[in-house]
Amino acid sequence: MRFGIVTFPGSNGDHDALMAVRMGLGQPAELVWHTETDLSSYDCLLIPGGFSYGDYLRAGAIARFAPVMEAVAREAEAGKPVLGICNGFQILTEAHLLPGALLRNASLEFVCDWVWVRVEQTRTPWTQRLVPGELLRLPIAHGEGRYYVDETTLKELERAGQIVFRYVTADGRVTADANPNGSIANIAGVCNGRGNVVGLMPHPERAFDRLVGGDDGLRILASVLDVGLTLARSRGVR
Amino acid sequence: MGIGARMTVTPELLREVALTAEEYRRAVELLGREPNRLELGMIGALWSEHCGYKHSRPLLRRFPTSGPHVVQGPGENAGAVELGDGLVVVLKIESHNHPSAVEPFQGAATGVGGIVRDIFAMGARPIALVDSLRFGPLEEARQQYLFHGVVGGIGWYGNCLGIPTVAGDVFFMSEYRQNPLVNAMCVGIAQREALVRARASGVGNLVVLVGADTGRDGIHGATFASVEDPERSHRGVVQVGNPFLEKLLLEACLEVLGTGVVVAMQDLGAAGLTSASAEIAARGGTGIELEVTAVPRREAGMTPYEVMLSESQERMLLVVRPEGLERVLAIFHRWDLHAVVVGRVTDDGCLRVLEDGKTVAELPVQLLTDWCPTYVREAREADEIRARRSFDPRSLPDLEARDVGAVLEQLLRSPNIASRQPIYRTYDHTIMTNTVLAPGQGEAAVLRVKGHRFGIAVKTDCNPRYCLLDPRLGAQHAVAEATRNVSCVGAEPLAITDCLNFGNPERPEVYYQLVQAIEGMAEACEALGVPVVSGNVSLYNETEGRSIPPTPVVGVVGRLEDVHRRVGMGFAGEGVVFLLGPQRATLGASEYLAHRFGIVGGTPPALDLELERRVQVLVRDAIHRGIVLAAHDCSEGGLLVAVAESCIVGGIGGRFRIDPLLEANGRLDETVFGEAASRVLVQVPFGAEGTLLALAHAHGVPIYEFGRLGGERLVVDGLLDHPLGALAEAWRRGLRRM
Repeated sequence: MRFGIVTFPGSNGDHDALMAVRMGLGQPAELVWHTETDLSSYDCLLIPGGFSYGDYLRAGAIARFAPVMEAVAREAEAGKPVLGICNGFQILTEAHLLPGALLRNASLEFVCDWVWVRVEQTRTPWTQRLVPGELLRLPIAHGEGRYYVDETTLKELERAGQIVFRYVTADGRVTADANPNGSIANIAGVCNGRGNVVGLMPHPERAFDRLVGGDDGLRILASVLDVGLTLARSRGVR
Repeated sequence: MGIGARMTVTPELLREVALTAEEYRRAVELLGREPNRLELGMIGALWSEHCGYKHSRPLLRRFPTSGPHVVQGPGENAGAVELGDGLVVVLKIESHNHPSAVEPFQGAATGVGGIVRDIFAMGARPIALVDSLRFGPLEEARQQYLFHGVVGGIGWYGNCLGIPTVAGDVFFMSEYRQNPLVNAMCVGIAQREALVRARASGVGNLVVLVGADTGRDGIHGATFASVEDPERSHRGVVQVGNPFLEKLLLEACLEVLGTGVVVAMQDLGAAGLTSASAEIAARGGTGIELEVTAVPRREAGMTPYEVMLSESQERMLLVVRPEGLERVLAIFHRWDLHAVVVGRVTDDGCLRVLEDGKTVAELPVQLLTDWCPTYVREAREADEIRARRSFDPRSLPDLEARDVGAVLEQLLRSPNIASRQPIYRTYDHTIMTNTVLAPGQGEAAVLRVKGHRFGIAVKTDCNPRYCLLDPRLGAQHAVAEATRNVSCVGAEPLAITDCLNFGNPERPEVYYQLVQAIEGMAEACEALGVPVVSGNVSLYNETEGRSIPPTPVVGVVGRLEDVHRRVGMGFAGEGVVFLLGPQRATLGASEYLAHRFGIVGGTPPALDLELERRVQVLVRDAIHRGIVLAAHDCSEGGLLVAVAESCIVGGIGGRFRIDPLLEANGRLDETVFGEAASRVLVQVPFGAEGTLLALAHAHGVPIYEFGRLGGERLVVDGLLDHPLGALAEAWRRGLRRM
């Protein structure tokens, strides 16, 4: 199956995503320039991290207007798996492909660390090989990762099962200490109503090799193979 | 103004361009006429200490700069050493002290921007950033402002670029109050045959300027960095960084270099277009003609003087073969970058500036570069330093055994010792997925190189207290400690990049420090077999006659044969801990003396460079054999601080004995908190003790069985029994209190 990884001016996680898919999953992946308008030849899409357009206005606020985003919206609408990581998550919320917003970290500082997240929802193409309640250790690196929705929407997300990952302690408890950025309800990742579009602040693409700290990220990326390979076959690719 | 125009040279004018009357006369003599206003500004900028190395150039010849691994020594944008498999590692460190003193956030940020451009100008992909920082006491509000500004600026720029900041060092000392230091180092990787040199060659080749438009910012930045008391100057001299633009520039320049039509690349730093064009022409033995009206500007009405001396950030100068111009411009256009032809390479050895085709400046390139005056000054050690050094720490009462635990906690909380996590947590250190040993995990950072077995280690060091009390010995220590740290992760030190930070060299006491420190560094480099391949000098770091301590920061890059064989600093489960190296220590120049008694005095620890070399070889040998579980350099704070740090990081306690050491030292304070060179704590698994002992004897290194690991307390027989949690809390909170 073919992974398409979108490069905006200022993306800097695109190369890591490429390496994770190629080295970690052994699947073909290509970088897609932000001016691209046809993404139909890819079986899934990754919107990587970075500082698209410098993030000078608000993280992701400019990138959502890039030509490629129309194509991303079209593919998302058609049900193709889309994963937004860090800045990619911010872009997907700005583009209203995902609910909520990402605010400045509660500490007002950029934070780079390894965190534990708990898998809350496995009925998405990006988590279907995982087990509910399973813990993953992943790196974070962001300044604007405080997930926010109003109380009503939060209840709606809970009800609809759209919360995919939460920050937890090493033994799986949701506590304030385990929350690195002040996200509401310790939310680290969410999905759209249909479940095919997922966004998260932690970086699964940086965790594909134990030599550099862990390989739990591969469990997320590998989950998409089930849906992706089906899509690939339907395109007539073996 | 044409080049023949008359001009009255006043003392004010010369002061503005920072030239002495004598230097002006020299310029007139070399030129054979009086320079005009523009030419005078260009000469002043390139003859500044910052660009011309007037005081350091004669001394820097002392450094060993060649070796079997060296591919590119000093003189280019950065140095380069062989890694194997056709790859080279490129390294360079640079100061941004004066701007950071005035505007810490932007000053530090643009320091990162500048050093990154030096690396990709060589055709290398930047893979790591390292920072060496110095501030005054962190308890003071202004120092916190500087500290948070600098750390914030480094993070902002590096994080946005997507280059991990993986290591560094920071030290707090009252002498840095008015003059903080910000030294940024960058490491890159390139194919050996793809290395680019900044040498303008090929008459008729085109000079292309790419990146930011040129504004009125930073004019006279180079001269500003060459005078005392930065705070008195105004903030307008400090540039504002744009890391997003730099990211585009980085990617586009590396892509453009892949076309093979680029002859040379040079970043625009201090003295902007003047310095960049003079340097590439000088290295290429050619001339350059520039048309200033072709330079894209931010404002209307800028004079040729302003265009030639602007230090606007995020700009690069390229020399391109005419037939490849279209391809180059197309790539830059794709990255939304503004690139224009601003001149061409000539054969007359002149830097000629045109305005609308009319010559407005014409100077021999050599006059600007090679003919810059150099000075050898009077050197004399300050009496005050000699007096401080003669202080005898043994005149103080010895430490009481019952106070050891409390003092240990205090030292672990000291800003010079406490965990650096509050700093590196704000730096992205996992991006690029190469970070094998992240900040805080080892004595040096370790990076993998995807697709290769070998790895890279990197670290900076310099203990300014040692350097203040004895600059020659202190500089030797800087080289020894930096290379020792790299050895402790299992890497062989390959090369050094140095940043020499000093006060006003026109004062004999400061010049003495400069001469001595360079001598000491050179001696240590020779003894340890590590060449200096690049570096930077920052002088005039002083305010109202009060200089910073001599601070020769040493950045080291090492190579691990097998990156899987790296070793961290935290004790890894149970095992036996040995102390390698000298068993006697001194309180002279120690953190204990400074922290507990407020005394910066005494003689720094002696350093036997031959023993140092043997210790490093032993540590690497033991790691290579796979018997080392952890290795930790024993430096500031001494033995007990070192063992506590390794216990905290590893999350395991231990039981240690110091009786034989106490006997050797004679005093408790020296034994537990005294400092010494060439000491490393090493953990081996049970059963490997004999192998390590035999290796130590074979290498002629003193070895002492210090204790065994286990439990959750730090126990020293008859002296200390402390819960590890309390020590960890003190160490982790040290910098966070601020």
